[in-house]
Amino acid sequence: MQTKMRKLGRGVALVGAGMSKFGAFQDKDSRDLFVEAFQEMLHSVDKGVDPNDIEAIYVGNFSSDLFEGQGHIGPIMSDWVGLIPRPVTRTEGACASGGLALRGAVIAVASGLYDIVLASGVEKMTNLPTAEVTDTLAAASDILYEASAGFTFPGLYAAIATAHMAKYGTTIEHFQRVSIKNHENGALNPKGQFNSSIRQIMDSRMARAKERGLPLPTWQDEFDFLNDEAVNPTVAWPVKLFDCSPITDGAACVLVVAQEIARDFTDTPIYIIGTGQAADYALHQRQDLTSIGAARAAAQEAYAMAGVKAEDIHIAEVHDCFTIAEIVATEDLGFFEPGEGARAAAEGITARDGAKPINTSGGLKSKGHPVGASGIGQAVEIWQQLRGQAGPRQVPNRNLALGLSHNVGATGGTCAIHIYERR
Amino acid sequence: MADKPFSHAYFEEYLKEKKLMAARCRHCGRLHLPPRPMCLDCRRLDMEWVQLKGRGKLAAFTCIAVGPTFMGQQGFGRDNPYCTGIVELEEGPRISAHILGVDAQHPETIQIGTPMIMDPVEWQEKTFLAFRPA
Ligand SMILES: [Zn+2]
Repeated sequence: MQTKMRKLGRGVALVGAGMSKFGAFQDKDSRDLFVEAFQEMLHSVDKGVDPNDIEAIYVGNFSSDLFEGQGHIGPIMSDWVGLIPRPVTRTEGACASGGLALRGAVIAVASGLYDIVLASGVEKMTNLPTAEVTDTLAAASDILYEASAGFTFPGLYAAIATAHMAKYGTTIEHFQRVSIKNHENGALNPKGQFNSSIRQIMDSRMARAKERGLPLPTWQDEFDFLNDEAVNPTVAWPVKLFDCSPITDGAACVLVVAQEIARDFTDTPIYIIGTGQAADYALHQRQDLTSIGAARAAAQEAYAMAGVKAEDIHIAEVHDCFTIAEIVATEDLGFFEPGEGARAAAEGITARDGAKPINTSGGLKSKGHPVGASGIGQAVEIWQQLRGQAGPRQVPNRNLALGLSHNVGATGGTCAIHIYERR
Repeated sequence: MADKPFSHAYFEEYLKEKKLMAARCRHCGRLHLPPRPMCLDCRRLDMEWVQLKGRGKLAAFTCIAVGPTFMGQQGFGRDNPYCTGIVELEEGPRISAHILGVDAQHPETIQIGTPMIMDPVEWQEKTFLAFRPA
């Protein structure tokens, strides 16, 4: 389909961003995490904001209904941060729910209807046992024709992986390299769920074995560790535990305002210059099982709107719900040719100090994947990196000006892409 | 006799009779699997049921060790993984299905491109689309 050239009705900028700690929190509900994210966002606004000036709220959330038994979550989130009776809209696009909330806020401000909108996302996943989380995530596929065939969410990405392996010679070692890289980045992210490199995880398991007088593991290196089925069991071959993003609780939010008032809040707003969204049906119906068509279409829309090309992007947060997903994402976004994403990861091109840093936050893999919040969490990372505020994980020696976030729902039924600019 | 509705209920009813049925547009000829009432090309409601040969080749697969609750109830899991995949049919469409008759404990032995033949499986009085190597 030929996409028509679209543009925003007026300029839009982010002037604040915050996220809760991502992890597993028995003693917190989604509303509590939402407050944490909101507070950090308020404190991030350089010149301050009166929260009462917020006019509308978008909340990305996949399934509080199934995860928490709580439907109609929007007004509750809004009330917990004192924004009743402002209009609140929940957006659902599976794991791209957060990306849709951001897009909703951007369009609402660009339309001129509102000047100041909160874009947010939240998910509380750890109340359920793993089997029921598996069922709930599988509900984002076609339950009649995909889940009924035994497909799980990791299973669908595993099928993409086998197709990618057969077509391009991608190997399990390529997947492992993505996992190692994202854990290294995540080790530098205090908000992340794991907050440790694979090497650190190995060392701590060695120390624990020693402490308990158990036989010491004999892993030579990270690959050796990842090849050990005892510590890295298969979930859906070739996808293993360390290829999967974890089950996570978390919330994130950003403050979206009209460009003409952005400098009332900060001298360093981050402008949103492109937004794209597209959809697709089940994996089996796609012409190419190694690519996500909705991501290609959404990227095309966003690049055209922003007037930039893939090679212009300095940094990107991509939807690495599984390691294969990051490889496919970097190809779909045009950073690398089809089939070259795996090699790029292996050669360090996507490392934090590489030519195209991908997932400096640790990605969903290491930072965690509270599905409805993930798309906004990506925006938080881009906001920090473009403003030079990412601390120890700041991309070194680079004048970052253009960033991109790529947020995918399930296996690409939904995709939302945003392009960010610091001027 | 009027056609049965082009819904999943009748897809499954045919499957019980070991028939893989698709919906074909009488107007433009486009084949739809899964079946559906409206043609994606001409948007008419003028379908007919057609039986597919149930032959194809494996286009993608996975061997699942952590399955949904339902597959756990069938005895599958960590020690007994199951294979599921996407089959490209001779008539063109691709479909997701259980893959039987392969060694799910040794996924390296399973090859994309392997010729497949349909062999539906019954669990808990429901019929599921499945294939096995031809
Ligand atoms: Zn037709």
